[in-house]
Amino acid sequence: MARKIIETRSAVSGLVGKFRQSTRRIPLLAWLLGWLAAAATEYFVGDAISYYLGLPKIPVLFGCLLILKKPLFIPGVMGYLLLIYILPVIVVARLGRGPANRLAVLLARGSVFIATIIHLGLFYLALHIWADISDYRLLLLKLTMVAVILTLSLNVINGYMGEFSCSHPGFMALGAYTASTITLWLFADDKLFGSPLLSPALGPYLFPLALVCGGIVAALGAVIIAIPSFRTRGDYLAIISLAFLFIVKSVIENLEFVGGPRGMSSQPDYSSLPMVFLGMVSCVWIVNNFVTSTMGKALCAIRDNEMAAEAMSVNTRKTKIVTFMFGAFWAGVAGGLFAHILRYVNPGSFGIQRLAEILAMLYFGGLNSVTGSIIGAVSINIFSEALRPLELFKWIIIPLLLILVMLFRPTGLVAFTEFKVKKLMRPKG
Amino acid sequence: MQLFLQNMVNAMQWGSFYALIALGYSMVYSILMLFNFAHGDIFMVGSYIGFGVATALLGLTVAFNFPLPGWVILVFTIILSMFLTSFVGMFIERVGYRPLRDAPRASAAITGLMIGIILETGNLALLGAERLSFPPLIDTVIFTVGGVHLTNKKILIVGVSLAMMYALHVFIQKSKWGMAMRAMSYDFQAVPLMGISINKIAPLTFAIGSGLAAGAGILYSLAYPVLDPYMGVLLGWKAFVAAILGGRGSILGAALAGFVLGFIEIFSVWIFPSTFRDVIAYSIILLILTIRPHGFFGQAHSTQLRL
Repeated sequence: MARKIIETRSAVSGLVGKFRQSTRRIPLLAWLLGWLAAAATEYFVGDAISYYLGLPKIPVLFGCLLILKKPLFIPGVMGYLLLIYILPVIVVARLGRGPANRLAVLLARGSVFIATIIHLGLFYLALHIWADISDYRLLLLKLTMVAVILTLSLNVINGYMGEFSCSHPGFMALGAYTASTITLWLFADDKLFGSPLLSPALGPYLFPLALVCGGIVAALGAVIIAIPSFRTRGDYLAIISLAFLFIVKSVIENLEFVGGPRGMSSQPDYSSLPMVFLGMVSCVWIVNNFVTSTMGKALCAIRDNEMAAEAMSVNTRKTKIVTFMFGAFWAGVAGGLFAHILRYVNPGSFGIQRLAEILAMLYFGGLNSVTGSIIGAVSINIFSEALRPLELFKWIIIPLLLILVMLFRPTGLVAFTEFKVKKLMRPKG
Repeated sequence: MQLFLQNMVNAMQWGSFYALIALGYSMVYSILMLFNFAHGDIFMVGSYIGFGVATALLGLTVAFNFPLPGWVILVFTIILSMFLTSFVGMFIERVGYRPLRDAPRASAAITGLMIGIILETGNLALLGAERLSFPPLIDTVIFTVGGVHLTNKKILIVGVSLAMMYALHVFIQKSKWGMAMRAMSYDFQAVPLMGISINKIAPLTFAIGSGLAAGAGILYSLAYPVLDPYMGVLLGWKAFVAAILGGRGSILGAALAGFVLGFIEIFSVWIFPSTFRDVIAYSIILLILTIRPHGFFGQAHSTQLRL
């Protein structure tokens, strides 16, 4: 019996090893091309294949929703996944390995900037085609990207600086309300502010400015938390930030000109997929540069020992205030994007529930790591969507998963790693 | 003046819930140096268990045709459900906190939050979404003393919670177990070397805290007899604020701060429009914490935490 288990285990590990061997020499570029091919296949023949496999329509989220609703569809969904996703990805990635490697060598010689832009362009193209199938996918993608921004910005404060800040939904609310007020006031005809001041055609171009304004307001709000953090840290700071969250929520509920507890609605539809993608990419880029800069090293020093950091000539006050404002700025931007995706915000959506969600994404993915934040945000979002047919039990499965991660990897799945774009894009041939 | 006294009575009642829940947070903190974020939901579980026990007792008295007066059933309900809920607390300690004792504190906080969500959802899945109403065990009697309306329930709530706090105080100060707990909170590392096992003290602390939360839950359901699975969330977070305000790990501070928070909330509603309650209450708390960053009775020990 025991020998049998060991044999099967070695067979499995052999298979995994073989798979790794065959995929090791495939660069990121080829994977992106493969995914592009998969998305294109689905775009053109997805309907026909799902019809022949007996599926009611194209499985939106890799068939998870369909399988959980009607287990009868499992073989059909498996076949669909194999034909549409796995086969094109593997074939294109294998076949395109040589040219992709040569191209990657070329790109590696040039500037990192151009190489990154090319990779991101391919990635975006694949996402765009993939999301074009249904509005549901589009919404899910946008919300996931916003979640990535939120998690990353919280990681700067909770992970790199080692504080336990609970006020992120508050910053998000500040950004969301500021950006919504600006767009509604300037570009939209609505019942709160009346007719638009500027031509609505300008709106999509000036929308980034509105987002930045939202971020700046959130950053100014963060000063309120940053100043007490000079004197205390840990639990007291957690309470101060929690109190800040409650205060922001309660103040917004009492401000009649932004709609009070009813919230604001009918924001113009400016958060298109490219806009949100751009926001996410710039967030990842800037945050990654921030945490690898001298300031980022100072942050880690403060986390490990504040006194020693101060003795080593780290200006702790400046570092703390800048970091809080930086994290809050991105939370504000995420809030602005969020408000224009759902086109409705009310104070209730920035409460304890949201806080628990963001914290879950952060600690699932891993502290002190940009990769971890991205993984955490994406996987928690996709999980909670994929398990939607289970209704209530979703809220038992996801917390259990998180508890298991905490028990076996207390700092998260991919903690304390550096996100190196060059290494990611390097040629492998 | 009359209104002031009336609000005073209401604030005493409201504050005693906060104080009882905050005690649980503070006790766990003083032993394990971490906050049990599932505590608000233990309060919720406690009141559901109280509901179950009360309904079962009422059913038994009817079945055996043995009518007991309401207050006897209430006393049994409180004692039995405190006892049962303390096992819930010990279970949570065993499953969620013991494996994480050496982990970063934030991981334990996340685990607590997630256990809370599981308790809420599990409750919703087991009992359904309809709200249950707590059986009225005793009739409300209204006394009017000098224009101030007192009900027997208010007196009972304040009296029972004060009695529980006094019992806790005696237990901690006088008993051997209480001495062990005090020693453990004084030095987390050295005391286990003296033959006091943390694996006995920590479950005991969780059990006592959960028992107090269950007591608070039943008293709360006497005053507001509608149970719903999310009743513990807001109350729990506010009691957490009270626990910090009192000074982390300080039992007396937690009780005092619970009452202070109740007073702040009730009186801000009296003076300002009720929608401003949270703004006023939390601004005052921010102010207090800015002046006294370590709460009422907290010690300014090293800022280096086991994070």
